[in-house]
Amino acid sequence: MGSFQSLPDDHQYRTLSQKTGFSLEQIGILHNRFKQLSQNEDTLRNFQKDATGSVQEIGFEEFLTVMSYFRAPAHQITEEQREEIRRAKLRFLFNMHDTDNDGTITLEEYRHVVEELLSRSGALGRETAKGIADAAMLEVASITVGPMAPDEFYEGITFEQFLKILKGVEIETRMHIRFLNMDTTVLCK
Amino acid sequence: MPVVALFFLPLLIGSCRGIDHNETDQRVFPVISINYQHVQMPFEISLWILLASILKLGFHLVPHVSAVVPESCVLIVVGLLVGGLIRVLGEDPPVLDSQLFFLCLLPPIILDAGYFLPIRPFMENVGTILTFAVLGTLWSAFFMGVALYGACQLEGAELAGVDLLSCLLFGSIVSAVDPVAVLAVFQEIHINELLHILVFGESLLNDAVTVVLYHLFEEFVHRGEVTAGDVFLGVVCFFVVSVGGVLVGCVYGFLAAFTSRFTAHTRVIEPLFVFLYSYMAYLSAEVFHLSGIMALIACGVVMRPYVEANISHKSYTTIKYFLKMWSSVSETLIFIFLGVSTVAGPHAWNWTFVSLTLALCLLSRVLGVVGLTFIINKYRMVKLSGKDQFIVAYGGLRGAIAFSLAFLLSSESCAMKDLFLTAVITVIFFTVFVQGMTIRPLVDLLAVKKKKQSKFSVNEEIHTQFLEHLLTGIEDVCGHYGHHHWRDKHQRSKRTLNISKEREAEIRKMLRANLQKTRQRLRSYSRHTLLPDAEEDDWSETRLRKQRMEMERRMSHFLTVPANRPESPRRARLQTDLDGRAQKASVTFAEELEEHRD
Repeated sequence: MGSFQSLPDDHQYRTLSQKTGFSLEQIGILHNRFKQLSQNEDTLRNFQKDATGSVQEIGFEEFLTVMSYFRAPAHQITEEQREEIRRAKLRFLFNMHDTDNDGTITLEEYRHVVEELLSRSGALGRETAKGIADAAMLEVASITVGPMAPDEFYEGITFEQFLKILKGVEIETRMHIRFLNMDTTVLCK
Repeated sequence: MPVVALFFLPLLIGSCRGIDHNETDQRVFPVISINYQHVQMPFEISLWILLASILKLGFHLVPHVSAVVPESCVLIVVGLLVGGLIRVLGEDPPVLDSQLFFLCLLPPIILDAGYFLPIRPFMENVGTILTFAVLGTLWSAFFMGVALYGACQLEGAELAGVDLLSCLLFGSIVSAVDPVAVLAVFQEIHINELLHILVFGESLLNDAVTVVLYHLFEEFVHRGEVTAGDVFLGVVCFFVVSVGGVLVGCVYGFLAAFTSRFTAHTRVIEPLFVFLYSYMAYLSAEVFHLSGIMALIACGVVMRPYVEANISHKSYTTIKYFLKMWSSVSETLIFIFLGVSTVAGPHAWNWTFVSLTLALCLLSRVLGVVGLTFIINKYRMVKLSGKDQFIVAYGGLRGAIAFSLAFLLSSESCAMKDLFLTAVITVIFFTVFVQGMTIRPLVDLLAVKKKKQSKFSVNEEIHTQFLEHLLTGIEDVCGHYGHHHWRDKHQRSKRTLNISKEREAEIRKMLRANLQKTRQRLRSYSRHTLLPDAEEDDWSETRLRKQRMEMERRMSHFLTVPANRPESPRRARLQTDLDGRAQKASVTFAEELEEHRD
């Protein structure tokens, strides 16, 4: 791995490391990647045209914070810590789906998710995607709220309900990628 | 058992040879005549298979036995009984012919395993599996060989004649985990997917190591001395055998995939291509002493996605059922013959040697697993706990492959053949009986995680799929090519590789219509538990499709979108009586999603 030259903003890196939990080498590597993506500017510009409710530009600190959600949990942690990590990751996912940030995932937002997911696989049409989203919504309602009276109104999936339906999936171990200690930016375009 | 009486039949009939007609000049036209010689061989083969199948029936009809004792044990015991009976009758019990075993009995089992191998868990753990298979088997073989040699030298007496090379040869025979035995036992304990694929994958992939070591040491024993160059050649041989086997399998796999594109007009013989190409892959690999098992697995794995995109639904069902049937019968026959051969074979019992072998087997397995896991856990995300390690070590069963290899040893070059054979049989019996019977209560006792019984709900499906995409994206952003990146690339290439545009539209239609295909595919991996296919025929297909359309219409009607504008919340009704139908619909939708998952 060769020699490791001293980082430009050592102090800044240290605070970031404490905040996000990455090691100093990993932060250095991610910073290189960030510079590569942003073409050596300070922030990443958001290119999406119809993006509502999202920021226009992302600084390195925000970039790192997002990445820190994808770290694997440490091997020896208590049940409480595991639950906390799980909540944080699921909160991240929840916010991804809840595009207008009102605290619930409405049917429209859910449909959008399913359509995006399936249309990229390229096989199913809009009606089927809608049907799937509707069925999923029904399922959430029946699991979390139980049988509802005929005039009750199901608003959308709240965060607590979201936690409940994804109880069976081990998010804390599945939602991670391997952050290497080696600089691979030279290998990638 | 009246069933066993069936066995006397060929012996009795065999003694009535064809009656000669030319005793008198005036021959009466023979109304009835007996000519058993004519049909002897196929008759006896069919009789054996029939016995095996009827035994299988009987085994499952007696509820208490199947809960406690794994099927393999019962079959071996039956084999022992049958062998004993034949011996009592004065005949020579047939021994498990190695030729028959390797060419006819083993391939169906391996093909069944390879064709329905769950690819995702296999690929996710391929590093671990390879480590256990290669390094674990090497370690076991050498440890056992050297330790046995040392012990034999110390023991003196009649064991002094056992030299190092023979011991190493013996070690290589007895150290390989056997796929047949593992399948038979693990099948019934429903352990979680990770452990299952670890032990099972190891048993499949260690064939290359076993083949190389076996031939290497046999050659050395024959020659009597070994040089450093030979050792180096041995290492080269290992790579040639394993990679060569996989390549042969891949070639035949692609040939099968290519052939299946043109079978649109001759649907009836589609399954035949699958079987024949796979068998040819196995035989071709065996010609060059490459690893036939790896060839067969590679062929099945490569061929499957393409073939299944091209063949009809009925052909898929045929392939699945035939493979299960053949592998089931093969397995039963193998265990019965193992029992019979035990009675038949020449035995040379030596307390020291046999008990040493047994003890060293267990010891080497435990040490190997613990040591390797220590190294492997440094590279794994999901670490293997102590319980996992115990199950992996305990699940290392030996079986018929070890027996056949021992049987193949030629008596001249290896003077200890009988001794080895006896020891191998003892080890097999011990692992299958003791370990096979106790693994189920141990699994319950240790509260090892069992297989996830129910399928994912629609929401879980959606979110896990979403997660996959997300992780691929994040990996891309971070700029390193990780696991998700390669999976995604592979899936994209699969899509663009072989299917033309019209074909794609056709497939889309087929996918929509054949929902049950996805459901069966997941459950295919567990043998003997083929679910009653309630919706197998076309009539139910259209009914299901109509139901689904109706369902969609009603749901879209009743679930209106709550508007984002706070001024006019439109009221929506959630009809509770739709819940039941919605469950069914959501199950079918979940399957559609799974279809695109892998």
